[in-house]
Amino acid sequence: MMDGPIPREQITDKAAVSRRAVLQGAGLLLGFALTDASTEPIFAAPASRVVENEVAATFAPNGFIRINPTGAVTLVMPMVEMGQGVYTSLSMLLAEELEVKLDQIQVQHAPPNHALYANSIIGIQNTGGSASVRAFWTPLRQAGAVGRNLLIAAAAKRWNVDPVTCRAKDGVVFDATGSKHLSYGELVNAAAKLPVPSSANVKLKDPKDFTLIGTRAKRVDSAIKVDGRALYGIDARLPGMKLAAVAISPVLGGKAKTVDEKAALAVKGVRQVVNIDEAVAVIADHTGAAKKGLEAAAITWDDGPNGKVNSADIVKQLEEESTKPGAVARNEGDAGKALAEAAQRVAAIYQVPFLAHATMEPMNCTVHLQKDRCDIWVGTQAPTITQSVVAELTGLPKDAIKIHNHLIGGGFGRRLEADGTVLAVKIARHVDGPVKVIWSREEDIQHDMYRPYYLDRLSAGLDAAGNPVAWTHRIAGSSVMARYYPPYVKDGLDPDAVEAAAEPPYALPNIHVDFVRVEPPGVRTSWWRGVGPTHNVFVVESFIDELAYAAKQDPVAYRKGLLGHNPRALAVLSLAAEKAEWGSPLPARHGRGISVQFAYGSYTSQVAEVEVAADGSVKVKRIVCAIDCGMYVNPDTIEAQVQGGTLFGLTAARHGSITFKDGRVEQGNFDTYLPMRIDEVPLVETHVIRNAEAPGGVGEAPTAIVSAAVTNAIFAATGKRVRKLPIDSDSLKSSS
Amino acid sequence: MVFTLKINGAPHEVDVDGDTPLLWVLRDVLGMTGTKFGCGQALCGACTVHLDGQAVRSCQTPVDSVGDSAVTTIEAIGQTPQGAALQKAWLELEVVQCGYCQSGQIMSAAALLKDTPKPTDSDIDAAMSGNVCRCGTYHRIRAAIKHAAGV
Ligand code: FES
Ligand code: FES
Repeated sequence: MMDGPIPREQITDKAAVSRRAVLQGAGLLLGFALTDASTEPIFAAPASRVVENEVAATFAPNGFIRINPTGAVTLVMPMVEMGQGVYTSLSMLLAEELEVKLDQIQVQHAPPNHALYANSIIGIQNTGGSASVRAFWTPLRQAGAVGRNLLIAAAAKRWNVDPVTCRAKDGVVFDATGSKHLSYGELVNAAAKLPVPSSANVKLKDPKDFTLIGTRAKRVDSAIKVDGRALYGIDARLPGMKLAAVAISPVLGGKAKTVDEKAALAVKGVRQVVNIDEAVAVIADHTGAAKKGLEAAAITWDDGPNGKVNSADIVKQLEEESTKPGAVARNEGDAGKALAEAAQRVAAIYQVPFLAHATMEPMNCTVHLQKDRCDIWVGTQAPTITQSVVAELTGLPKDAIKIHNHLIGGGFGRRLEADGTVLAVKIARHVDGPVKVIWSREEDIQHDMYRPYYLDRLSAGLDAAGNPVAWTHRIAGSSVMARYYPPYVKDGLDPDAVEAAAEPPYALPNIHVDFVRVEPPGVRTSWWRGVGPTHNVFVVESFIDELAYAAKQDPVAYRKGLLGHNPRALAVLSLAAEKAEWGSPLPARHGRGISVQFAYGSYTSQVAEVEVAADGSVKVKRIVCAIDCGMYVNPDTIEAQVQGGTLFGLTAARHGSITFKDGRVEQGNFDTYLPMRIDEVPLVETHVIRNAEAPGGVGEAPTAIVSAAVTNAIFAATGKRVRKLPIDSDSLKSSS
Repeated sequence: MVFTLKINGAPHEVDVDGDTPLLWVLRDVLGMTGTKFGCGQALCGACTVHLDGQAVRSCQTPVDSVGDSAVTTIEAIGQTPQGAALQKAWLELEVVQCGYCQSGQIMSAAALLKDTPKPTDSDIDAAMSGNVCRCGTYHRIRAAIKHAAGV
């Protein structure tokens, strides 16, 4: 039965007002209060440091700094926060040179603006590739220094002194004697009128004078994430907003055949059924009603051309195509001849599965499409791409597409794709007023864009002493790059698909590496945390381990022998081995494995220690990680990324696999696509090497390196080589 | 049907079908978005709230089953001693990454500490293994629970 609608607008208005009140909340009250009545600590919430809307300010010398006369400092974040700590590390870069304390600032999500916020390594305003600190290391320090110079110049002018005699600290400019001082807030009106110096001309601090960079500074986004205030895309709320539950054709390219609209509309709170063929959405007052309506709609589907897609056929296609030569990534010496003449030959085939991202925040997007503008509330790693795609879809000019970016509840590459926004806009075309589309977890997993399935063929020749004299590696799989950034693919070579395979860290005199592009039918592929190296490091580090055993040498000693020319790789390897007590005795069916990688501008090595029970079940007990990421911003963030990134990769190695049957994904929720849980977590130790090398990326390094360390450890424990992920415990049963 | 829910100490009237999950009443009808949706099937813990101090998954709690029970959400858990101690520990140990799972983690941990003020590792495993964190903050969650409990 249809009762009267609840007064939603009143409710949402009130929520919006109180949210604004929180955001504009006075001051930055950090810390905890003790009530005088008792000794129970009551949590006194610090004000939010993340602002949702663009801040207009008196002083805005560049895209990153906004200071107003009250002294409030807002730093505009060109990259997005999805847990990796980037709002904190980028703020530290700016604050170091701007001379403000980290707790004096608030941060704002940048709007899409290629000119101001593009990542120089990636080439667009995308957050990914562990490239944020690397790309913004210099520009943000320069931006901070420009701001500081202008504020100092304004004070010097006021005091009629030479600016070089003044200095700034904690948001205040002091004269030479220290007796005169003016706060940034007092200076912004004057500073805003001065000509802005070119950022290339400002002098940056010598790294030895850093007071903030390199410290364990506190995250700027923590406080709002412990008491429910943090706003993700899924939390967007607007007056008059409706909620949509969506069912997407279970087979890619299929269409809705029958929809029981009447049954859906009979559900209390359901307003509308939108059928766009590729998907059906039920629009309601709340998600509970929308989901109930979607179920009542009892949709049946026409599968279309992909209804017969099966995993076995996809693998068979890879097996066949990988026998043909591919685009050459590297060819040095004569690998074929060296192989033929080698004293010993080793060959293997490796396979890694399709993987879903399974971010904790399921796919969602809120859209308000009007005649002359389209507002999008979403958490996206790719705001400019999203804006362009929506402009194209709606026919509106780009600047009529307003992207309201949000904190992201886990990205891992999934939010580099705009498909969720596109679907929401297609639905919103049929809805009057704002609509929030939330995917169920099953939709999220079954309509992901997956890390490609790769099949790799390797062979190597060893000389009489066991040293590799020939190395061939053929990678077959989907090319994400060819779809996403086609200009980066030259002559069929996808540089991402071969990253860390074309240039293994070892001395390999005759080497041939090539890539065969094979696109699976009915499957969409995309970036997944760690991208190319996540697959290649598993393969290369497993195969080099095979060579060490074939040469009857210790895996660490063998690698060391091939890393003489590569001191940074050698250093992380040695450190990880030493900290893990490599070589000390272990009980039966326990083993240690090592892996080493150069990727994302960082050197990483891990030692895993595992125990394999007689029934084949694997317990990963300890992971020791050594990382050299050059000059770094925040060691606590590095440690957090090593812990989390390692678990992300380990989860995939143990449990991750998306398979297809009759065009449909066979997994659906966390009971069939298993996440790691707290009772399965090994010890993870982080050892950071300090040096003055250029900064390297951290977010993906531990994810890419962990699988090989673990499977090499399984070999040490059982003598069984894992050449296919995820790890199949049945194959590891003790035969005795 | 109209239900009167006692949430964080205040009464709220909502008019929805009785089988509507409490999660969507909190998030969509009442605008309390701190409680998160992660799976809808009691598999991830993101939606954890307390009913009379007990941790429940609000995605699988029909609103007509709540009755007079006091509902506590992440927005108010800081007003309990366990919640306050946990939030403080969470900040001191820098637990959060994306943060999306953390409302549920803190709600589960608060229920644990209320019943078991000095939890062992296996108590933590048992109480917390229903809460998924895809960012992998588990090391720090465990450390922060112990820190808050003083063990
Ligand atoms: S959303 Fe309720 S347990 Fe996952
Ligand atoms: S902090 Fe991201 S899911 Fe837990």
